[in-house]
Amino acid sequence: MSFLLSCPFCGLRPVDEYAYFGEVTTRPGPSPTLRELTDYVYFRDNVAGVQREWWQHRIGCGEWFLAERDTRTNAIEAVFPAGKTA
Amino acid sequence: MRLDPQRGERIDRSRPVAFSFAGWKITGFEGDTLGSAAFAAGKRVFSRSFKYHRPRGLLCCSGHCPNCLMTVDGVPNVRVCTEPIREGAVVEGQNVRWSLDFDFMSVTDKIGGPFTPVGFYYRTFIRPRRLWPLYEKFLRSAAGLGKLDEHAGHSRRYDTEHRKARVLVVGGGSAGRAAALAAATTGPGVVLVDEDASLSALQLDGVEVLAPARALGIWEGGLVPVDAGTVLYRFRAERIVVATGATEQPLVFPGNDLVGVMLPNGVRRLVRDFSIKPGNRAVVLAADDEGLEIVDDLDKAQVAVSRAIDLRETKPFELVAQGSKGRVRRLVVDGETIDCDLLVASGGRQPAYSLLAQAGARIEFDSELGVFVPTELPPGVEAAGSVTGEGCSSNALPAYAGKGRCFVCVCEDVTTKDMKRAIAEGFDSIELAKRYTTTTMGPCQGKLCHLPSIRLYAQENRMYEAAIGTTTARPPWAPVELGLLAGRELTPARRTSMHWSHAEAGATIQWAGPWKRPYAYGEKPEDEVRAVHESLGVIDVSTLGKLFVEGPEAVALLERLYPNRFGDMKPGRIRYGVLTSDGGRIMDDGTIARLADDLYYVTTTSTGADAVTAWFEWWNAVWGYEAEIVNVTGAIAAVNLAGPRSRDALQRLTEADVSAEAFKYLDAQEIEVAGIPTLALRIGFVGELGYELHFPSPAGEYLWARLLAEGARPFGLEPQRVLRLEKGHVIVGQDTDSESNLYSSGMSWLPKLDKDDFVGKYALEHFAQREEKERLVGFTMEEDVLPAEGAQIVIEGLPAGRVTSARRSDAVGKVIGLAWVPTDRAESGTRVEIRVDRLLRGARVTHGAFFDTAGERMRS
Repeated sequence: MSFLLSCPFCGLRPVDEYAYFGEVTTRPGPSPTLRELTDYVYFRDNVAGVQREWWQHRIGCGEWFLAERDTRTNAIEAVFPAGKTA
Repeated sequence: MRLDPQRGERIDRSRPVAFSFAGWKITGFEGDTLGSAAFAAGKRVFSRSFKYHRPRGLLCCSGHCPNCLMTVDGVPNVRVCTEPIREGAVVEGQNVRWSLDFDFMSVTDKIGGPFTPVGFYYRTFIRPRRLWPLYEKFLRSAAGLGKLDEHAGHSRRYDTEHRKARVLVVGGGSAGRAAALAAATTGPGVVLVDEDASLSALQLDGVEVLAPARALGIWEGGLVPVDAGTVLYRFRAERIVVATGATEQPLVFPGNDLVGVMLPNGVRRLVRDFSIKPGNRAVVLAADDEGLEIVDDLDKAQVAVSRAIDLRETKPFELVAQGSKGRVRRLVVDGETIDCDLLVASGGRQPAYSLLAQAGARIEFDSELGVFVPTELPPGVEAAGSVTGEGCSSNALPAYAGKGRCFVCVCEDVTTKDMKRAIAEGFDSIELAKRYTTTTMGPCQGKLCHLPSIRLYAQENRMYEAAIGTTTARPPWAPVELGLLAGRELTPARRTSMHWSHAEAGATIQWAGPWKRPYAYGEKPEDEVRAVHESLGVIDVSTLGKLFVEGPEAVALLERLYPNRFGDMKPGRIRYGVLTSDGGRIMDDGTIARLADDLYYVTTTSTGADAVTAWFEWWNAVWGYEAEIVNVTGAIAAVNLAGPRSRDALQRLTEADVSAEAFKYLDAQEIEVAGIPTLALRIGFVGELGYELHFPSPAGEYLWARLLAEGARPFGLEPQRVLRLEKGHVIVGQDTDSESNLYSSGMSWLPKLDKDDFVGKYALEHFAQREEKERLVGFTMEEDVLPAEGAQIVIEGLPAGRVTSARRSDAVGKVIGLAWVPTDRAESGTRVEIRVDRLLRGARVTHGAFFDTAGERMRS
């Protein structure tokens, strides 16, 4: 993996500067069943296609942001700062 | 034999250079390669082949083929045809028993042929199974390339350099140079790399020339690693121009690997660059004009050319090279025998498209040219010169026929017979046939054998080459030393601002995560433990992670990150906190001090600082609270001043009132200590009256010295581990693991499940209702034996738990520890057995602290 990723704050940088934190998940509401909880904690969609995911510009500005990336080609469709998304 | 001096030769005849070649002393000239000097001195055999140990001589002289792989000064697999000559170099043959000219293992060539077909080691040597290790040892020593000296260590220092280029040109031929010069007219940042050392003196306006240097591959994002010997340049290029040219292809006919069979370019280099007469009587076989032009060079070099055959006009039905002692002596063409000692044979030129293929270009067979050419280049990548197929052709080849071994792949000793056999056995895709026969998988990485392999495959299957396609081109394109990929061995160490005071005091320093920390200051850590119990000790705890969390919603953020409550804390108070994941597992622990309504000071474990910071920031990005998180781990130093005399000592250094009434247990106060602004936290990890002093890092050595002057005895990590164990205090990551939760770890009092929400709440709700399978408990040994950390708890002969910490405690008078045991053995007083040095020793389960069980000493 050596693609370039654009930090919304710093611009285009090698992906080595970033930490990947996986696809965006939805936290269950209060009192989830064990199944709902297990799905959230342990299961991921792992799509072959465009996925919304968390990145942190760790060796850079340190900010967390979201990216939409095609997992098959590493083509980045969009990057944007995190809002109140959860 | 050298020719008369000529224009353009690379050698400097006034500067002789001597080296040893397979035991012979050889003198060449400055400008020679090791290979050219040896050839000029009459050496013809440079290596023994991979499988059959057949003698092999110079073939391409361009650093492509495996024929001149030798060990130079202990470094294996050096291509001596391109390795510059150097005084005193020791060049040795490899994969050889006895000598290059007489190799015992060549018996495999004479008698082994019928017994060693492709894949023989999978079939012949498979039974009995238990003998495989023996077979493997023999096969590995019989076949292969050079040997690494495993004890040599790193002979060179390798570095990695990250660089940018606007335009990176790979290949310094005429097309590459033209592309580089054109790019230079539009701005700076143009770099040209070429593997040929003689280009190092090349001057191009506005172009940086790197030579000898090899581009190893093209990765996504325009990443091109360039091997420049001891430096690996990791280039990021906006635009990449691939001008790698074309590679001459060997002809496949019986005897095509004999010493003296060469490619035209190899001969041309010997004649033009090194002024060497390459033979006495030559035959030329070529399928394109480039190949035929070698006749002019041979004439100039006074080599008698017996015959030049243009394969486009003549299609010999029979074509066999014959030799003696591995050297070519004659060529038989359709019944006619022509004597020769040099057979220049070329099957045309194939574009060297591998880098383009890696970059994502489409590679297709051009049936008009008879070669594979790149089509549809990916964005940002261009091709220039012969690599596009321009001027290349390989179309007029005779069918593979005749008796005797024809080598398709000289690297791996794969013959046409092997390929045919693979096809007959049903390897019906070129990728499978490649893996089975290992054709194209040797040191040349398909440069010389890919096209012949596919052509043979097509011929056997009566298919068109275009329908077969290519095999996958993978990096590295050129061989690279593993040391270069590994780079220099560097392990950054973090040291606290008091580190050199510890070192000068003679502390034993050890690794603790990314930090270097004192293990103990003397031979007897127990003396340091006693000092803390009886009078006064001080430990450097600057390695603790330290964060400020500030803002109107700081409290809301912390309430949601931790299972316990912080909103009801008054400023100036401290609370212990454990971070859990949403899976309910313990992640980290530390203290949270409320300094003001909207300002908290959070400490984490020494190894957890970065992960906790990232974790806080991530959740805050998710929730979007109005709170800032600042990691001040490096900016703030900290010491723990502990022991019954700590209050008196601190009072002597500050004007603030630190009496028991004014500064209570779990209070946080901002005071001046010895003139340094300090945040003092009254907490007790080691279980005695004590203060954690947090202050600006630059004052580290000063304040450390002042505390020692007050009689504090420094103590290290080991005494601290004993002290905390006496209190039953858990170290997250040592006593807990990724399966531990607050209930199983004996901290069921901590989570406040009535809070609205916090990370881990839902999992903890489930955990609260179930019976844990195992629990973390304390234990005391019945005898004075010390179990290792990780020792088994044994129940009825079966392992049922494990020890996580164990130490001998003078204060308790016993060996104490923490362990995970099955829940039905977790009752206080239960007897369990622990395996110590293969014997089972008795221990009693305990709960809570081993020493000062009521905690009066730290609260005093």
